[in-house]
Amino acid sequence: MSTPVIVANNVRKVFGDFVAVDDISFEVAPGESFGLLGPNGAGKSTTMKMVGAVSTRTSGELNILGLDPNTDGPAIRSRLGVVPQDDNLDNELRVRENLLAYGRFFGMSHKEVATRADELLEFAQLADRHDARVEPLSGGMKRRLTIARALMNNPKILLLDEPTTGLDPQARHILWDRLFRLKEQGTTLLLTTHYMDEAEQLCDRLIVVDKGRIMAEGSPADLIRTYSTREVVEVRYGSDKNAEVAPLISHLADRTEVLPDRILLYTDAGEATLARISELGHHPVTSLVRRSSLEDVFLRLTGRSLVE
Amino acid sequence: MTTVEQIRAGAARTRRWGWWYVAEERLRAMRGYSTSLIVTSFGNPLVYLFALGVGLATLVPAGIDGVTFLQFVAPALMMSTAVTVAAEESMYPVMMGFKWTKIFFGFHATPITPGQIVGGMVATVVIRVMATVAVFFGITVAFGATPVTTFVPMVVIATLTCLAVALPLIAYTATLTNDTGQLAMIQRFVIMPMFLFSATFFPLSQLPVYLQWIGWMSPLWHGSQTARVLSYGMDEPLWTSIAHIVVLGAFAVVGAIVAHRVFVRRLTV
Ligand SMILES: Nc1ncnc2c1ncn2[C@@H]1O[C@H](COP(=O)(O)OP(=O)(O)OP(=O)(O)O)[C@@H](O)[C@H]1O
Ligand SMILES: [Mg+2]
Repeated sequence: MSTPVIVANNVRKVFGDFVAVDDISFEVAPGESFGLLGPNGAGKSTTMKMVGAVSTRTSGELNILGLDPNTDGPAIRSRLGVVPQDDNLDNELRVRENLLAYGRFFGMSHKEVATRADELLEFAQLADRHDARVEPLSGGMKRRLTIARALMNNPKILLLDEPTTGLDPQARHILWDRLFRLKEQGTTLLLTTHYMDEAEQLCDRLIVVDKGRIMAEGSPADLIRTYSTREVVEVRYGSDKNAEVAPLISHLADRTEVLPDRILLYTDAGEATLARISELGHHPVTSLVRRSSLEDVFLRLTGRSLVE
Repeated sequence: MTTVEQIRAGAARTRRWGWWYVAEERLRAMRGYSTSLIVTSFGNPLVYLFALGVGLATLVPAGIDGVTFLQFVAPALMMSTAVTVAAEESMYPVMMGFKWTKIFFGFHATPITPGQIVGGMVATVVIRVMATVAVFFGITVAFGATPVTTFVPMVVIATLTCLAVALPLIAYTATLTNDTGQLAMIQRFVIMPMFLFSATFFPLSQLPVYLQWIGWMSPLWHGSQTARVLSYGMDEPLWTSIAHIVVLGAFAVVGAIVAHRVFVRRLTV
């Protein structure tokens, strides 16, 4: 493997006496798409800010592109593209102007920023909006503009903090498509999300984080293989009866999770398990057989759902 | 593979010019409302000069301090204009950068440093003040209130006065995480009294002694007095003139140090 572009070793971040990031270690290779999957408050943004060289770690080692953010912050930032969790576009500038002004911060010439801005407006599917005001743009458009802005300097690493949170499904798919293109072009992506489908779509490898700690690491497929079964049977008996039925059918699966609204049975052959449940006479109100997802991995690791 | 040296070298231009890139961004934003800027920057002083300098002057036929009333107020009005623009550009844009649009956090995600953001904000204010004062100067020359030869020193003292007001205000505004009326309070209880008690329309000695301290504390008074010395040669001991410059410089330097510190604290979480 070539030299990693990000190396984090036992990185901690403490606010007062609150530990937001607790001994996190990971490495990201060039061209890799690496994810931080975790619920609210897991410490994802805090980690991203330390990697982005705008927040100082409390302890541990951090190395970005061979440099330490404590001593070479501006140099590191010159090679990063940052899409923060909350858009911070300049509402006083038009769409294209946001790109022009931002490109200048990297020392690009007026001519360079103009060319690059036009390319990226095309890429972000915003060319027809180039002279529009920023404020009235939809959430998805603002997000795409923020991504275009982050790409102005042709970054070595693109940091994306919850790129699609708050967007409707269609806007998310457009965005995923753009990010997928970047990935194909070999851009290194570091992204956070609390959507397991997003992590599965975009990440080659990821860490599952909770309360500032790494719970597991691997590719989405590895994680599912390690921490879950191939398939999951979801059965519902009505909220007051789920807990009652669960012990009677749990022997049919490798593992059972009882949630308030349904029972999850982890098994490698879902249809067969579902048939056995019926044979035993426990006919569910509704049932569903699906493949295991990262959501199940998270549930297994923490006993909680990703999105409450 | 890019080497560490190449990465550092790639950031060199911003290390040097980052403050200017920030100013450029702000000036670009100002273009969006340039009409209202032109009206407030140039319209206001013109109205003031007419109403006070020409209208009110008829009530003071003997003049003040050995010169006509217009010659007396013109340099001070020029400094007031500098202070108005400085105050306007130092409060809301800073609040916006940290709180409303959070653009400062966007700037800081690039090789731009917190100090360069302060520098860029200050440069923007100075450019606006210089442009405003230059036009104002032209108008006063046309009115015969200021000798044309004093252009450079007048712009310099206006800039210094602007820095003495802008930097502390930038520093103060940066400490606010929320504007729950503080900025309006500053406008009402700091900026307004400064205009009223800084000897713009009459010498400070006309005020009761217990109000004169407001003038001594006010960068605007120090700026106006210096402007009068430069403009019509107001009689003042040399040490007083030096004191004016030192006070203005102190406001600016302390403001700059505090502003830098607060920007670093807020942007480096
Ligand atoms: N500047 C700060 N001062 C004090 N506590 C902070 C600060 N920033 C973050 N925290 C706390 O650290 C924890 C982790 O926050 P962080 O923003 O990194 O979580 P996250 O994983 O990004 O969550 P979300 O999905 O909500 O964005 C939270 O409990 C948060 O309240
Ligand atoms: Mg976050």
